[in-house]
Amino acid sequence: MANFLTRTRGRNHLHWTDWVSYGYLLLGLIVMFGPVLWLVMSSFKTESALSQFPPSFLPYSQKSVAVAGYDKPLPLFLAKDEQGQLRELVQVRRIGIVATMVDPQQPQTEIRININDRRPVNELKFASGNYTELFGKFAFGTYLRNSVFITVVATLITLLFNSMAAFALSKYQFTGQKTVFVLIIATLMIPPTIILVPAFLVISSMGLLNNLWGVILPAVATPTGVFLLRQYMLTIPDELLEAARMDNASEWRIYWKIILPLAAPAMAVLAIFSFMWRWNDFLWPLIVLSTSENFTLQLALNAFQGELNTQWHYLLAMTVITLIPISLVFTFLQKYIATGIASAGVK
Amino acid sequence: MSVFSSLLGFCFNLFEPVFRLGQKWLGASRIGWLFVGPNLVVIGIFTFLPIIINFVYAVTGGVNLLPTQRPFTGVENFSILLECRDYTDLQTCRSDIFWRSIFNTIKFSVIQVALMLFFSLVTALVLNRKIIGRGFWRGVFFYPVLLSPVVVALIWKWLLQSQGVFNAGLVAMGGSPMDWLLDRHWAFFWVVVVSIWAHMGFYTLILLAGLQAIPKDVYEAAEMDAAPPSRVLLRITLPLLMPNLIVVLVLVMIRAVQSFDEVFVLTGGGPGSATTFIVQYIYLTGFAEQIHLYGLAAAASLILAIGLMALTLAQLRLSKAGDAGKVKK
Repeated sequence: MANFLTRTRGRNHLHWTDWVSYGYLLLGLIVMFGPVLWLVMSSFKTESALSQFPPSFLPYSQKSVAVAGYDKPLPLFLAKDEQGQLRELVQVRRIGIVATMVDPQQPQTEIRININDRRPVNELKFASGNYTELFGKFAFGTYLRNSVFITVVATLITLLFNSMAAFALSKYQFTGQKTVFVLIIATLMIPPTIILVPAFLVISSMGLLNNLWGVILPAVATPTGVFLLRQYMLTIPDELLEAARMDNASEWRIYWKIILPLAAPAMAVLAIFSFMWRWNDFLWPLIVLSTSENFTLQLALNAFQGELNTQWHYLLAMTVITLIPISLVFTFLQKYIATGIASAGVK
Repeated sequence: MSVFSSLLGFCFNLFEPVFRLGQKWLGASRIGWLFVGPNLVVIGIFTFLPIIINFVYAVTGGVNLLPTQRPFTGVENFSILLECRDYTDLQTCRSDIFWRSIFNTIKFSVIQVALMLFFSLVTALVLNRKIIGRGFWRGVFFYPVLLSPVVVALIWKWLLQSQGVFNAGLVAMGGSPMDWLLDRHWAFFWVVVVSIWAHMGFYTLILLAGLQAIPKDVYEAAEMDAAPPSRVLLRITLPLLMPNLIVVLVLVMIRAVQSFDEVFVLTGGGPGSATTFIVQYIYLTGFAEQIHLYGLAAAASLILAIGLMALTLAQLRLSKAGDAGKVKK
C-alpha cells in the first residue's frame, strides 16, 4: 500500500503494485464514466428499444424495410417459414400469435407465421428522434433559455460585485474593513439550507416569487468569490495604483482599467465556478420558481421524472443535453477548476 | 469582440461619475465602502436578515408567511418537533418523521463519511504514484463532481430501474430482477453509493494536493533507513496528511448532513421515510405539503444550524490538535 507513494520504479518493468494501481484506475474509469456513457447510449435508442430486456449497451433497433405497395417502412424479421427455411420477412400485420408477413422481394405473397418462429433483425442505429422531438413536445426551449439566462446573468453580476468587494478589501484601508471581510467570509458557514423560510419571505416581499431574478439575486454575493479574488488582488503591487493616481485616474477607473485586467486569471476561475453553481442549482430554484414556464432545466428534469409514466426516451435526451455544457467545461477548463479548489478549498 | 469590449467599456464608464462624486464626499480611503457596498447589501438582505427572521418564525405559529401576522407560540414548534412520550419508541413522538429524518441523516452521514474518506484516500494515494497520464485519471474521478445533482440522480435511476443494467446483471447471474429503490435497505444503500460516486473526486483532489505538498526528502530519509512501505504510510504519509484529512472529514460531514438534491430526485425520500433526511423534512414541511408550516420548518432549520455549528467547532478543535501534533519540519 505504501509503495503507492514514492517509489520510483524502473520504466521497464512493472512492479505488482503498479498492476494493482492501474487495475484500480481502470475500475475507476468504468465506475465513474460507465453510468454516464450508458445514459448517453440509451438516449439514442428508440422507445421500443428502450423497453427491451435485457438492455443492450449500444443503441440497436429493429431494422425496417420499405416495401412496394405499403406506405410505411415495415419491421424486418428473421422467420422460419412452412418449409422450415430461415428467411428475412417483413411483418404486414399481426393478429394474436399469428403474424402476416411478406418477402420484401415478392410483396404479393403473404405468409402466415407463428410469432414464436421469428425474431427481429436489429441494426446499430443512433436515433436522433428523442432529441429533435424534445423541442416540439415540451417547452424545452423555454427551460433551456431560463437556465442560460440565470447562469449568464448571475455569473456576470457575481463577477462584478465580488471583484468590487475584493478590490475594496485588498487595496484600501478603511475603518470597519476587517469587520466587512469577516462578515462576508462568515456567510461561508451559513449554508442556504438553514435560512430557506426567511429567505423565501424576503424574496416574496420583494415580489420576486416565481421570477428568475428571485433565483439570481440571492446568489450573486458569493463569499468564495470574494475570498478567491481578494487573495489574488493582494499580489497586485500597490505601486501600479499609485502611478495611476498620479495621473489623476479616478478610483473606479483604477478598478476597471488596472485591477480587473490583472485579475483576469482569478476572474476566469470564479466565472467557471459560478457557471457550474448556477447551472446545477436545484433546491432554491425549486422553492422560488413554481410554474413551468419559469422552470430551469434541472427543475424540468425533476418534474418529468416524477410523473407517473415517465417517458424515459425524452427524459434521457433531456438529461444528456443538460450535462453537455458541464462536460464541455470539464473537458476544456479542468485545469482551472483544480487550481480553484487547490487555492481556495472551495467547490 | 471589439464591439463587445467597447460596449463593456461604455457600461463601466457610466459608473465613473458616481464614484467621482463618492470620492469627493467620502475621501480617498472610505470609498472602499462604495466598492464593497453592493456585495454587502446582497448578503445583508439575503443572508443576515433571514438569520434574524428565522428566529421569529421559529417562535410563531400559524400558516401566514408575514411575520407580523403570525401568533406568538413560544417553544411550541420545538416541542412539536422534539417531544416524545417515550423516547425509546419513535412511534410516540409528536412528529416521528422529524426524528426519523434525524436518525436517517446521522446514519447516512456516519456511513458516508467513513466510506468517502476511505475511497478518496485510496484514490489520492494511487493518483499520487508515478503513473502514466495522471491528469487524465484525475479527471476521470473528478468528472461526476461537476454534474448537477438532478443529472446524477437520473443517471442512477436509469441504471437502477426495473429494466436497467443492474437487473440485467442479476438476471444474467441467474437471479430475478428487483426494485432496487423500493426496498428500504437497498434504497439507503444506493443513496450512499450515489453520493460517494458524485462527490468523491472533490475530496480526492484536496487529499492529492496535500500528498503532493509533503516534502520529498522525508521519503528519501525513510528509504535510506530501509523503512518498510507500511511503516512509511503509517508513520510519515498519514500523519503529514492529517490536516487535509481533517478538512475533508469535516467538509464531508457538513455536506452529508445537508444532503438533499440527489436523494430527493433519486428516491423522493422513500420508500416510506427510509431516505428522508433533515433538509428534505424542512423542504416538505415549509414548502411542499398542502399546508406550509413555516414555523416548524424554521425551528427544524435552527436545530440543523446547531448541529452544523457543533461540527464547525469540532473542526476548529480538531485542526488545532492536528497542527499541534504535526511533525516539525
